[in-house]
Amino acid sequence: MTVVREIDVEVRVNGAAYRCGVPPRLTLADFLRERCGLTGTHLGCEHGVCGACTVLLDGEAVRSCLVFAVQADGAEVTTVEGMAGPGDELSPVQAAFRDHHGLQCGFCTPGFVVSVTAFLRDHPDPTDEEIRQGLSGNLCRCTGYQGIIAAVRAAAGQHARRGREEPTAAHP
Amino acid sequence: MPGSLLGNSVRRVEDPRFLTGQGSYVGNLHFDGLAVAAFVRSPFAHARIDGIDVGEARKAPGVVAVYTAEDLELAPFHGFMVLNPACGRPPLATGKVRFVGDVVAMVVAETEAAAVDAAELVVVDYDPLEPAVDTEAAVADGAPLQFEELGTNVVMGMADPPGPDLFAGATTVVRAKLENQRVAVVPMEGDAVLAVPGDDRYDLTVYVSTQMPHGVARTVADTLGLDVGRLRVVAPDVGGGFGAKAGVGAEHLAVIAAARRLGRPVRWVQTRSENMVGMPHGRGQVQWVEMGFDADGRITGMHCRVLADAGAYAGFGGILAVGPTRMMAQGVYAIPAIRYDVAVAVTNTTPMGAFRGAGRPEAAEMLERMMDIAADEMGTDPVELRRRNLLPAFTEPYTTVMGTTYDTGDYARPLDEAIRLAGIEELRAEQASRRTRGDRWQLGIGVSVYVEITGGAGTGEFGAVEVHRDGSATIRVGTSAHGQGHATAFSMIVADTLGIPMERIRFVQSDTAAVPRGGGTGGSRSLQTGGSAVLRAAEQVLEKARALTAAELEASPEDIVVQDGGLGVAGVPSRVVSWGELAAIAEDRGVPNVGGGGKDAGGKNAGGKDAGGEGAGGGPLAAELDFDQGGATYPFGAHVSVVEVDMETGQVRPVRHIAVDDCGRILNPLLVTGQQHGGIAQGMAQALWEEMCYDADGNPITASLAEYAMPSAAEVPFYETANTETPTFRNPLGAKGIGESGTIGSTPAVHNAVVDALSHLGVRHVAMPCTPERVWRAMVAARQGGPEAAAGGRLLWSDPPAAFDRLPVTGQAPAAADVDI
Repeated sequence: MTVVREIDVEVRVNGAAYRCGVPPRLTLADFLRERCGLTGTHLGCEHGVCGACTVLLDGEAVRSCLVFAVQADGAEVTTVEGMAGPGDELSPVQAAFRDHHGLQCGFCTPGFVVSVTAFLRDHPDPTDEEIRQGLSGNLCRCTGYQGIIAAVRAAAGQHARRGREEPTAAHP
Repeated sequence: MPGSLLGNSVRRVEDPRFLTGQGSYVGNLHFDGLAVAAFVRSPFAHARIDGIDVGEARKAPGVVAVYTAEDLELAPFHGFMVLNPACGRPPLATGKVRFVGDVVAMVVAETEAAAVDAAELVVVDYDPLEPAVDTEAAVADGAPLQFEELGTNVVMGMADPPGPDLFAGATTVVRAKLENQRVAVVPMEGDAVLAVPGDDRYDLTVYVSTQMPHGVARTVADTLGLDVGRLRVVAPDVGGGFGAKAGVGAEHLAVIAAARRLGRPVRWVQTRSENMVGMPHGRGQVQWVEMGFDADGRITGMHCRVLADAGAYAGFGGILAVGPTRMMAQGVYAIPAIRYDVAVAVTNTTPMGAFRGAGRPEAAEMLERMMDIAADEMGTDPVELRRRNLLPAFTEPYTTVMGTTYDTGDYARPLDEAIRLAGIEELRAEQASRRTRGDRWQLGIGVSVYVEITGGAGTGEFGAVEVHRDGSATIRVGTSAHGQGHATAFSMIVADTLGIPMERIRFVQSDTAAVPRGGGTGGSRSLQTGGSAVLRAAEQVLEKARALTAAELEASPEDIVVQDGGLGVAGVPSRVVSWGELAAIAEDRGVPNVGGGGKDAGGKNAGGKDAGGEGAGGGPLAAELDFDQGGATYPFGAHVSVVEVDMETGQVRPVRHIAVDDCGRILNPLLVTGQQHGGIAQGMAQALWEEMCYDADGNPITASLAEYAMPSAAEVPFYETANTETPTFRNPLGAKGIGESGTIGSTPAVHNAVVDALSHLGVRHVAMPCTPERVWRAMVAARQGGPEAAAGGRLLWSDPPAAFDRLPVTGQAPAAADVDI
């Protein structure tokens, strides 16, 4: 029987410090869900395809199923639970998802909210093509993506660029 | 009072929780003493189990228990509908394994990591057997048998007697073999279950990711011999279902059994690897179809021979070819005679179940492909050929030659609208110029018209409304939303009826402790059945409240109307009795007898008992009842899809998709459009990308999201959705289902568009999914000419298997299912 040595890590998550010993193979996703009790970060696949587990690691959007907790030692992590404003006011991205019916069952939603938040920070005025590419690392089985794209466009304050092909309304 | 809420795009009340990470999915729940289960699964499609050694696993760190079939002694079961009683599945395999992913043993440990580690230490001695993987191979003579004692892999089948000549008067008969491939359902949350033994009220509480909690309770109680009254089943937030979360799974039963034995909570959350092989797959039919047309292009008759894949253990999905595909074989067309023969076979693959549409997409795809093949054969415009054969509009029930009774229909209306929105003449002109120029990217335009079945199980649905002393209200309903937005839609109904603001309405569903019965959510049934039950209950509450108000204000009940904040006398806004006061009066003094019932819009509905305290004594201001609409509703619509095909690589790019879906009267356009969008994406994905593939040994080769081609936002086009509204008389909302329409209409429209892009080369069919390779091969075969040029390198028609000649000839429609799927 092998005894796995635990490694001490300290991670700041949504502004709060979490300090504990973790096995080296513990993923950041499991660390957040099990050690921090932050279950908003969901697991939808096992290998970074679906994007449901996306979190910000020192500001960068990463798949927390592909990062070990030990790699996040000393880092600042933001999860979906840390996205809303003071008084739990929905962030512009969260509000836009609601306004444009960008979610149905809600399981993929945390990953989309985090990915889109990072995407719009880096691409404040995206084209529709850039939005579709920017979202292509997150899978959703419910919405067909149209409401999500409308939400991203709205959150970016962007207007329709290509006539009929991409109207702004969620349902023309 | 402001105007009616109904018909408006009201934002969802569900959303804030999901957007802030507060969802309560099974994997997010925590209980003290929680243990975690992991399963040992078969790597073979078909093998004898000669021994299982769990010794090392039992000694592994953190392990609580390791179970095999011998330990748990769970009898073979049927998780949902019973296809063949002889093919029950033992929750843990006994004697043989029958598909890759079959469950052989279960490890329960303190942590998931410990459980997975220990599962790898279980040594199973397999003696591999030859598998039957492909459905046609499974029904061939000498095929390896999954249940040797049956002497065949055909586990269900029936044939119509040969009737009059189906092709008398036909000048054209088209024949094609069509494959409706197996697809994986892939809800973003896979399967999950958490069983918690005993508290004061219940022997066992089961939290499960399901569409039908009450159905789970019944099946679990029956299978494990429990008292259903002492069993509580809760579906917390459920991350998508699409038909795959109907019924009880082997893993559910094993986890529940373990929790009972260990006396502690046990949880299992399916990984994606497990999900791709363990969750039921959908579709999986091979159809041999012959269709005759007279000189005017009118259909003379049709002969269908349908071979359905049931997967291992006769998965209930095989029934869909006998049920809904057969029921909908006439579709939207006037077809004087149909002969429909169906065989269902077990294969050594994942058991089949329901996937969005569940048997109706297979019927629509079959008819719509045949119409396009016929149009090409006869040199007729495909839209014109459809128009010539459409059933005329009807508002009285219409019974097809299959014995299916449609409620209301006007099929030309959405077709005309879809054609108009698409601008089909301009598209045809653009297609012609690209062909003339010999462009690399050619244009294809595909059309489909469909009708489908929703809410037809005839089991009714439970709904209840109660108003509380604080002026708020609670809805309880037996449907079980998992993304559809029922909390919003049903709150709109109550707010509209009672004038209580939506934010003061609580919505309770999916808990057998809080809702006495329910059919859950499937078969696009929820608004028409559950929504109508809630409406009727709200109307009964209103009647009681009017009687109370009339007594309070010394007015006549007929003069009492809903006012801002409560009820009052019409035209006298100063005298309002608030809902809170009314609830208090009812509780303290009781409600005068106002007679139950409410007004019926049609059907045999709105029976049921009142929960409110009629007669002497106080009681809640409430009503509960069951609503039964007395028959299914039949939504319909038309789609036009436009694709570009790269003539060099075979790549298909969907560029436009126009959907006009008629789901009767629309309650919330935001939700309807959302259902259309999601449905279109899934249907398009079947036409272009998705297929669950096995190699010759029965190994799944598309069993991860890296290999299974589920689309992202970068693959799908912008959908142009619209609706016509042809109400049904079956329920007071006039609503039909919308959950599956998008899927049903889109697959054939997209598929037809791909073939249309190649039709000038002589291509008449390409098998789904129309991958670049398949499309490229179709172009190569067309250039080479010969009999295989028309169908992507194979014959458009080949004779059906001899198994069809041996089917029992019944000529009887099977009994309707008692659940909606």
